[in-house]
Amino acid sequence: MTPTGKNAARSSPARSPAKAATGIPGLDEITRGGLPRGSTTLLGGGPGSGKTIFGLQFLVHGARACREPGIFVAFEESSKRTLANAEAFGWNLPELQRRKALSFIDARPSGDLVRSGDFDFGGLLAALQARIGETKAQRIVFDALDILLALLPDTAARKREVYKLHEWLAERELTGLINVKTDGTEAPTLNEQPYGFMQFMVDCAVILNQNIVRGVSQRSLRVQKYRGSGFDEDEAPFLIGDRGLEVAMARTAGRAGARVSAERISSGIDRLDTMLGGGYFRGASVLITGSPGTAKTTLSGAFAEAACRRGERTLFVSFDSNCAEVVRNLASVGIRLQRWVKNGSLRLVSARTITGSAEGYVMRVRTLAKEHRARCLVLDPVSAWSNSGGDLTAPGVADRLIDWAKADGVTLVCTSLLDEIPGRAPGGARLQVSTLADTWIHLSYVVQAGERNRGLSIIKSRGTAHSNQVRELVLSDEGVTLADTSSAGGEVLMGTMRWEKERAERFAKESAEATGALKRVQLDAEEAEIEVRLKSLQVERAAKQVEKALLVRATESREGELLRGRSRMREMRGADAANPERK
Amino acid sequence: MSRRVVFRFRLYVADDALNSARAVINLTALCREHLPGRHEIEIVDVFRHPERALADGIFLTPTLVRLSPSPVRKIVGSLSQTSAVLEALGLEKREP
Repeated sequence: MTPTGKNAARSSPARSPAKAATGIPGLDEITRGGLPRGSTTLLGGGPGSGKTIFGLQFLVHGARACREPGIFVAFEESSKRTLANAEAFGWNLPELQRRKALSFIDARPSGDLVRSGDFDFGGLLAALQARIGETKAQRIVFDALDILLALLPDTAARKREVYKLHEWLAERELTGLINVKTDGTEAPTLNEQPYGFMQFMVDCAVILNQNIVRGVSQRSLRVQKYRGSGFDEDEAPFLIGDRGLEVAMARTAGRAGARVSAERISSGIDRLDTMLGGGYFRGASVLITGSPGTAKTTLSGAFAEAACRRGERTLFVSFDSNCAEVVRNLASVGIRLQRWVKNGSLRLVSARTITGSAEGYVMRVRTLAKEHRARCLVLDPVSAWSNSGGDLTAPGVADRLIDWAKADGVTLVCTSLLDEIPGRAPGGARLQVSTLADTWIHLSYVVQAGERNRGLSIIKSRGTAHSNQVRELVLSDEGVTLADTSSAGGEVLMGTMRWEKERAERFAKESAEATGALKRVQLDAEEAEIEVRLKSLQVERAAKQVEKALLVRATESREGELLRGRSRMREMRGADAANPERK
Repeated sequence: MSRRVVFRFRLYVADDALNSARAVINLTALCREHLPGRHEIEIVDVFRHPERALADGIFLTPTLVRLSPSPVRKIVGSLSQTSAVLEALGLEKREP
């Protein structure tokens, strides 16, 4: 029972590092480098979970990036069909086949196979040996080995054959990947599966899951074991995208490369910039929440326009309107995006057509942003995702979105529908953007005196002294402005009431001014009157003085007359001039 | 088909595996009993000629291939369940 003994023709020296990179974005981070080189990995998953694509991608990467030729052994699909299915990923498999970097072995058991007595996989090993001799393959994928195992009569035989296969690969230091179908999607681990015994033999076991959550497919991948290596044990969502599998990056990887900027960029609304102490931070994540119609799109549109004005390439993804509608609606409030779309700095994407998981959205948005080389990104509204996301993935999605934006220095503005006041388990919290976002602006309606007015408040803004006041958001065809709200008796007034209060204040001021003016006039008059009186008194006084002087003079002259008269009389009487005192 | 028809068999075996050795014994016995003088057996060891396994698509060993009379039939295993083998080879009815 040792079919391997005599013909161990090939042996390659152990390579360093001890891991074979898969080329699947994210998976090599999770496994710290790839699958165990020169060893066997078990890949389990339900039908359609992506095992075949995983296997092919592993081989393609080996052939293209690691100079490791590969063999794909197909037990279920014909290699022709596998090739046709893989065409969509742009791997150019025929080219790899021509230079023998990739080859297929069709090992589908024929349907009318008659079994009689004991048998084993000796032929398979021999065929592999022949092929390895031709192509010097180092990576071998056994796609749907369960098909072949099912032919064996019992579990003992299956164990024996898998063990032999494993040993055979190990002896030749081949890196093997065995794909087996697990039944359904419920079993969380491989040991509950019919081929569970295999995970004890192999050095590494990976499980692919596919769940349907509210009608949306959610794929996730989990490394269940990895002998002699650290790995991320958590389930990681993955996507089958345009270039094959893509596993959502572990969080730590994104944060590490994040650049922190102190640069401020405008929110597009001057007063809001003032409230924020200069604007948003470059590379920050901004969340704008609010009920329907609170002008979330308008606010994010203003940001997009400001970004384009600065000459920054911007991507605006709308999840609820088509592009033309966005442009038209924003133009009605003075935000004109059309010219930026025309000159190419703004790319508008309507994502109503994108269906799929939240994870799918993030990856699509990332691809779009990278294609556009966007520095600013608007997602309106991001809450559309939570409708299509499962409980498992949606929070992680927000994490990864923000981590990615930070790592790339992209300023992210996302809006989120919030049915109620913040703090009451808002919709955004399901995506956990609110806790992760650097700046959270909440828009609300304030209903007063039969009116709805839009209020804007900044709930948080990390690293920024920000205004704690509620402002009124005023939309007009000339643009978006913020108005100071009036407070009366502890109540914030908006809209007509604010206007009325302002008018009342204006009237009061005007009347006070008028009163003041009147008083001034009166005082002026009084002063003038006093002046007049003063003048007349002065005149009167002058007259009196003249009168007094006259009086004095008159008196003096009479006395002189008397004196003169007396002397005259004396002269006339011949009296003694020396005797005037005797009189 | 007449009794003169020659049965040509090819038996793929794997090295010294027990089930392969059994298959050789069982096939020889079966031919001696049911097809005396009108059978040819070719034995291919896939580990000596791995290219044959690859070219002929033999992944399970032992595998018996009836090359003629047509159609080509394949039976895997040590051929220990004689009745099943005879039925598959179309020999059962010929022996009352």
